[in-house]
Amino acid sequence: MEVLYKDLDEPGLNTLKVYEQRGGYEMLRKALKMEPQKVLEEMLASNVRGRGGAGFAMGKKMSFIPKGAMDKYLVCNADESEPGTFKDRELMQKNPHQLIEGIIIGAYAIGANKSFIFIRGEYAHQADVLDAAVAEARGKGYIGERILGSDHTLDLVVHRGAGAYICGEETALLDALEGKRGNPRLKPPFPAIQGLYKGPTLINNVETLMNVPIVLEMGGAKYAEIGTQTSTGTKVVSVSGNVKRPGNYEIELGISSRELIFGLAGGPPDGRTVKAWFPGGSSAPVLTGSDEHLDLAYDFDTLAKAGSMLGSGAIIVVDDSNSIVDVALKTAKFYRHESCGKCTPCREGTNWTVKMLERVQSGEATPMDLDITASVCEQIIGNCLCVLGDAMAMPIGSMIKHFREEFEAHIEAARERNGLGAAIPQVNRGRNAGPGPMLEPAGTDPSAVPV
Amino acid sequence: MAIDPSKVRRFAHGSRVPGWDEAADLTKDPAVVPDPATAFVPEEMRREIEGEMAKYPDLRSAAIPALKVVQREHGWCSPTAIEQAACVMGLTPAYLSAIATFYDMFDTVPVGQHQVYVCTNISCSLLGADELYDAMLSAAGDDPRFNVRPFECLGACDIGPMASVDGEYVGPLTPEDCRTIVDDAIEGRPVLEGKQLKRRKKAVDHWKEA
Repeated sequence: MEVLYKDLDEPGLNTLKVYEQRGGYEMLRKALKMEPQKVLEEMLASNVRGRGGAGFAMGKKMSFIPKGAMDKYLVCNADESEPGTFKDRELMQKNPHQLIEGIIIGAYAIGANKSFIFIRGEYAHQADVLDAAVAEARGKGYIGERILGSDHTLDLVVHRGAGAYICGEETALLDALEGKRGNPRLKPPFPAIQGLYKGPTLINNVETLMNVPIVLEMGGAKYAEIGTQTSTGTKVVSVSGNVKRPGNYEIELGISSRELIFGLAGGPPDGRTVKAWFPGGSSAPVLTGSDEHLDLAYDFDTLAKAGSMLGSGAIIVVDDSNSIVDVALKTAKFYRHESCGKCTPCREGTNWTVKMLERVQSGEATPMDLDITASVCEQIIGNCLCVLGDAMAMPIGSMIKHFREEFEAHIEAARERNGLGAAIPQVNRGRNAGPGPMLEPAGTDPSAVPV
Repeated sequence: MAIDPSKVRRFAHGSRVPGWDEAADLTKDPAVVPDPATAFVPEEMRREIEGEMAKYPDLRSAAIPALKVVQREHGWCSPTAIEQAACVMGLTPAYLSAIATFYDMFDTVPVGQHQVYVCTNISCSLLGADELYDAMLSAAGDDPRFNVRPFECLGACDIGPMASVDGEYVGPLTPEDCRTIVDDAIEGRPVLEGKQLKRRKKAVDHWKEA
């Protein structure tokens, strides 16, 4: 089922003329005739959940914005940096006006009169497309003072970032937009109460906002019939990695993951099998290529129950030609590079995880290091202002859980190559015990080690 | 990418920070907002930065756009470039330096004019991005006109392994494409026209045609 992707490649869809021919901005006209409260009720009825990663219901988030006259803001999060995710890029590039329409309707519903699109700096072409589209919409009177003769006034600014994964986190994004370093803020207060320039702020992902005109067109209750009961609507899923046909596929939430990976994306190259896959960007705990995991329904709740998450809807498939140790190290290095450094558990935890995984890879480690790595990851989770550290800890922890045997086999093989001998079981000997048997050849009598 | 110890710049006593071990000169005042009377800012640049400032309720929001303007003019965020932006915005150079050092796309050392970002994140590296990066390094790594660097996920895993050349996304690349990229960039032609992302159709249609 294609809603957002229907005729997405129509020539000139990024221009106002073609978009209006397709019935564009009709929903804006309809919304402006409705009470803002009615628009909000439609969003609540649709139960559309945020497509950026957290999966929070958009209508609920909108209802948290205080009523009354004050400076309120709407920010569109187009800082799509989650590894494996590239859906917003294609949507913004090919159909910018639907995003703009969604933003205007959303701003009308919450009473915001200033809105921003925070787009990552690397998306230069997409930002130019958006700039041109905003200028067209402004010329036609969809943006500006008293839109289409109503009382609603809205300004829209396309703000380009400059390359920082952390700015995809909503409060870090607000800091970056205010012209500071992108550091997350303490929550609460949540942005809905105190966000950009200390005003109530609604932050939503590109895909979520593009669903707004669709919800109004279909009606909230009708929209809620698509997908499953708790995961309504369609979702654009980015499939990448070791698959034959990588790309964005729009699906109805709740189809089986096997259908997605093998049916739409063609599965792994011939002769290879799926070893592991990230169901929702690199921050999601990995799942294995077992039938049990591949037959899971692809929706928010089923994946959460299986110990992972739908996240941004980005599937990365890893086939059996790759070592899980390399994948783990690559993942950890990304988060080490992108940690903003504000909270200690994340700043230090990501760094030490990389160091320990490097030891595993080069063959200096013993299986006990895996336990230490897992415990470092456990101590990151829930102890920072934002979830960047958790986003490293969860996939690394899940890789150690699902592929512990492979990690251990890799350690043994690498130790063998280095001539270090088999790793012997370690006991915690206390800090004053002196140089331990960690690198001594096998055959040392473990009973000689004082406990 | 692992940090190569030989590439880490070291100063006195092995410190990574220049001037760390030098005593502060207490007779000197800290750098303040540059005086418009003495700091030279080209008229064009001033107008562009002021245009950015006018878009936001708080002028500091224009810090990133302003640094982009001066970086484009100077090639990197040099002390002069930062001073010029600070002068127009009425901020201290220290404030803008803090921004410039935080974000990946600002260069605080002189670099080549052609930016080549090779994505080396998970999806691309599963498809051979590390070999591609090595090939790109041997094609243009020593060329002072190029700034070749490994980059985190650029958001184009459907064309992995890929690279962003002066903002143009191209992929899927093979190591042989690196030479063409270098030649196209030097000649000022569109880079690898057949492999540009913006010409690609949505996945369902793209693979039907292939």
